[in-house]
Amino acid sequence: MTAYIIRRVIAAIVLLLVVSAVTFAIFFLVPRIAGQTTTQLATQYVGKDANPASIAAVKKNLGFDLPLYEQYWHFIKGIFAGAHYKFGPDAATCHRPCFGYSFKSHVEVWPQLKSRIPVTISLAIGAAVLWVVSGVAIGVVSALKRGSVIDRLSMGVALTGVSLPIFFTGQLLLALLSYQWGWWTNVHYVSITADPAQWAWNLILPWVSLAFLYSALYARLTRAGMLETMGEDYIRTARAKGLPERTVVLKHGLRSALTPIVTIFGLDFGLLIGGALLTEQVFSLQGIGNYAVGAVQDNDLPKILGVTLIAAFFIVVCNLLVDIVYAALDPRVRYS
Amino acid sequence: MNSRKATAALALVTALALGASACNGNSKNSSSSKPGSTGGSSSSATGKDAALNSIVNPSTKKGGTVTMEESDVPDSLDPGNTYYGWVQNFSRLYSRTLLTFKPAAGHDGLTVVPDLATGLGKASPDAKTWTYTLRSGVKFQDGTPVTSKDVKYAIERSNFAPEALSNGPTYFKAYLAGGDKYKGPYADKNPNGIASIATPDDHTIVFHLAKPFADFDYLATFSQTAPVEQSKDTGASYVNHIQSTGPYMFQSYQDGQGATLVRNPQWVASTDPIRKALPDKITIKFKVAATTVDDDLLADNITVDAAGTGVQPQTQPKLITQKQYADQSDDPYAGATSYMAINPNVAPFNNIHCREAVEWGVNKASVQQALGGAVHGDVASTLLPPSVNGYSKFDLFPSKGNAGDVSKAKAALAACGKPNGFSANITARTDRPTEVAAATAIQQALKPIGINLSIKTYPSGKYFSNFAGVPSYVHSHDLGLMLMAWGADWPTGYGFLDQIVDGSAIKPSGGNNLMELNDPTINKALSDAIANTDAAARTKAWGDIDKMVIKTATVVPLVYRKNLLYRPKSATNVTVTQAYLGMYDYTLIGSSK
Repeated sequence: MTAYIIRRVIAAIVLLLVVSAVTFAIFFLVPRIAGQTTTQLATQYVGKDANPASIAAVKKNLGFDLPLYEQYWHFIKGIFAGAHYKFGPDAATCHRPCFGYSFKSHVEVWPQLKSRIPVTISLAIGAAVLWVVSGVAIGVVSALKRGSVIDRLSMGVALTGVSLPIFFTGQLLLALLSYQWGWWTNVHYVSITADPAQWAWNLILPWVSLAFLYSALYARLTRAGMLETMGEDYIRTARAKGLPERTVVLKHGLRSALTPIVTIFGLDFGLLIGGALLTEQVFSLQGIGNYAVGAVQDNDLPKILGVTLIAAFFIVVCNLLVDIVYAALDPRVRYS
Repeated sequence: MNSRKATAALALVTALALGASACNGNSKNSSSSKPGSTGGSSSSATGKDAALNSIVNPSTKKGGTVTMEESDVPDSLDPGNTYYGWVQNFSRLYSRTLLTFKPAAGHDGLTVVPDLATGLGKASPDAKTWTYTLRSGVKFQDGTPVTSKDVKYAIERSNFAPEALSNGPTYFKAYLAGGDKYKGPYADKNPNGIASIATPDDHTIVFHLAKPFADFDYLATFSQTAPVEQSKDTGASYVNHIQSTGPYMFQSYQDGQGATLVRNPQWVASTDPIRKALPDKITIKFKVAATTVDDDLLADNITVDAAGTGVQPQTQPKLITQKQYADQSDDPYAGATSYMAINPNVAPFNNIHCREAVEWGVNKASVQQALGGAVHGDVASTLLPPSVNGYSKFDLFPSKGNAGDVSKAKAALAACGKPNGFSANITARTDRPTEVAAATAIQQALKPIGINLSIKTYPSGKYFSNFAGVPSYVHSHDLGLMLMAWGADWPTGYGFLDQIVDGSAIKPSGGNNLMELNDPTINKALSDAIANTDAAARTKAWGDIDKMVIKTATVVPLVYRKNLLYRPKSATNVTVTQAYLGMYDYTLIGSSK
């Protein structure tokens, strides 16, 4: 098991390197392929008084005149050793881990990402708990009461949930609960360390809107998985052995049906931590997704690069965790 | 696992990122104040448009928190690194400039008054030398007294160091003697800095200009004249620890997220006749969804929308149709004019009669509807909007109901030698649906007289740098008609016209003189007027030049733009300032909360 984890961790690191190289190439190589010169790249950071001298200075300062592999090496080196730039009287230092230095707003990308990660994680964890618990519970009940009113009703609600985009449910909740009835006024993120109760209260609306979408999906997945599993021979065997129904359903049925759910949960959760773009936009939460949108609007390549890497990192890590959880969840899976 | 999943995730992030980029806009040319017919008052006027000419909900009570939200992020809150109109207005809370605009209602708001300086600039007879005397007792938040050298340094860093501070305008660089040679305080290590700004003592600053410039007092209102201590300047990252000279200082600032301002203990009210400084605290949040900003305004959760460009289209009906909201709204001029440039270097517009056919044929009433209706602007007949000093009302191409005059248009076509009409192209910005709608309205209006237009659209981010602002591209692609909007960098005729009608504003790319107007008479009239120190004569000249431009039939003024603003009930001392693009005056505003 330990060897397996080490192998997976090494593979994850290699994967992150590949992702960083691909992302780097997308943002630095593709413009060149499309005919954009390094001078044009530099021009967008010069401002309104562009002249050949100032463009040349920016190009040199930002390293645009170096070969691409060297620029990539500087980027990777920055993560471990930090980097230095000059945008004024003193050299600006990008401390390690340097995930880039915004050439437009002149700030280090990593501290900005770091300050936003708690917002996105708060959003993702709360919503994940809600959707997993409610989704799986509804799925199990629907499967066990197949064809009943409960099954039809919950699957109908689930279908609605899957169909409604977050910017609709989110805006609806805000319009009714915040602006019409005033139950939640001026919803904004409060740090959990500053005021845990306010943290949770202000996050309820984003959690609910996000969880509504996902729990619907998980309910349908769980129902399908449970229906299939509960028809298996070993379930019949378990019942024949005289095991209580509760044990049959939870230990033998649900445990097996959960395997695909865990897989998709890993991916969904990783993606969400990488930036719940729409939810953060609707509720104006200053998280990773909101940061990504701003970075793209400003055409700020280092910020885009940083946020892409962080998003990829979370997805890789979540998938790694999923693979490890498999072993605990499914007795048929053993790593050697 | 996983390379597939990771790649898929990367692709998704990239796709979302690229999709979001389509929302990017260029605020400079689009944003951009209502004329008060008379001076303002501070009476407790209420109702719709009350803040246009009076101070609504007047208060002298100290305390409370002013809360602001902004759907985007500013270019920078560093007074030396910003071009945004709202930041120029907002930065007056924490920085004092040589001069500023009077915090007053109505037309009085366009008056330039001394701030750091004891009086307006003393100009030499040739308007090439300007001298200002600084007040005593003004200090930075760390207690260091402000000197003229700090003002000089602030101008040097903001105008001459594009490698670090690239966002702001560079008018000082353009007008100061030797401005084209000085390399800026970071590259040029000469401790004396630029020679054309003299600081004979700690309270005197003298500007020596390369050419006469009678509007210099307006440049002295720019946030770039807010003093900066050289020892505290860290270039681009100075925005993280701005040293205040105003009534408020930064308690916190987070790039891309917002800031909190609290009282600056070193600010002394007796040195500052401009600011009331009523609230104890000012908070501003960036990147709040635009509709949430509106909802928060209507729910009285916040005091003001910092951007000051008006509510979103989906909020607008509430403000127009529901009395409780309508009474709290103001619809001021935004200091900008939407117009159509006609390029006389693209046939058949090289013939003035063909240009006049377009001038007579355009149905401005339908264009006004396309641009959002009366709430978003009045039909224009001049380039200068009514909120700019020098505006003079005239209409050289009048028509009933502003619907165009078909018979005069046809007569002009005949005079042009094309009685059956012709085909031409009209450009608009792809990502500005109302501009595209305006192009369509013009297309429909000109069709009956035989002028068939093809609409060409280009992304706003590259409209001036790659397409409409590039004469060679315009000529080779026969772009005869081009839609654009323009707002002044300072509210005078010169501040408005210089960059769009002077021959020197024709550039190989990125120019704003889309008419490629290089008329020696107009160029001379501009340079003569800006050299004239007689303010009244100068103001009259702007209106005359405006008329000279319209007579060339190279510009079809379409709409004087307006912004529909909302003031929550908790907001006190609310008035529209015409000096800052028709938004509320942030030095005055307070909150009962």
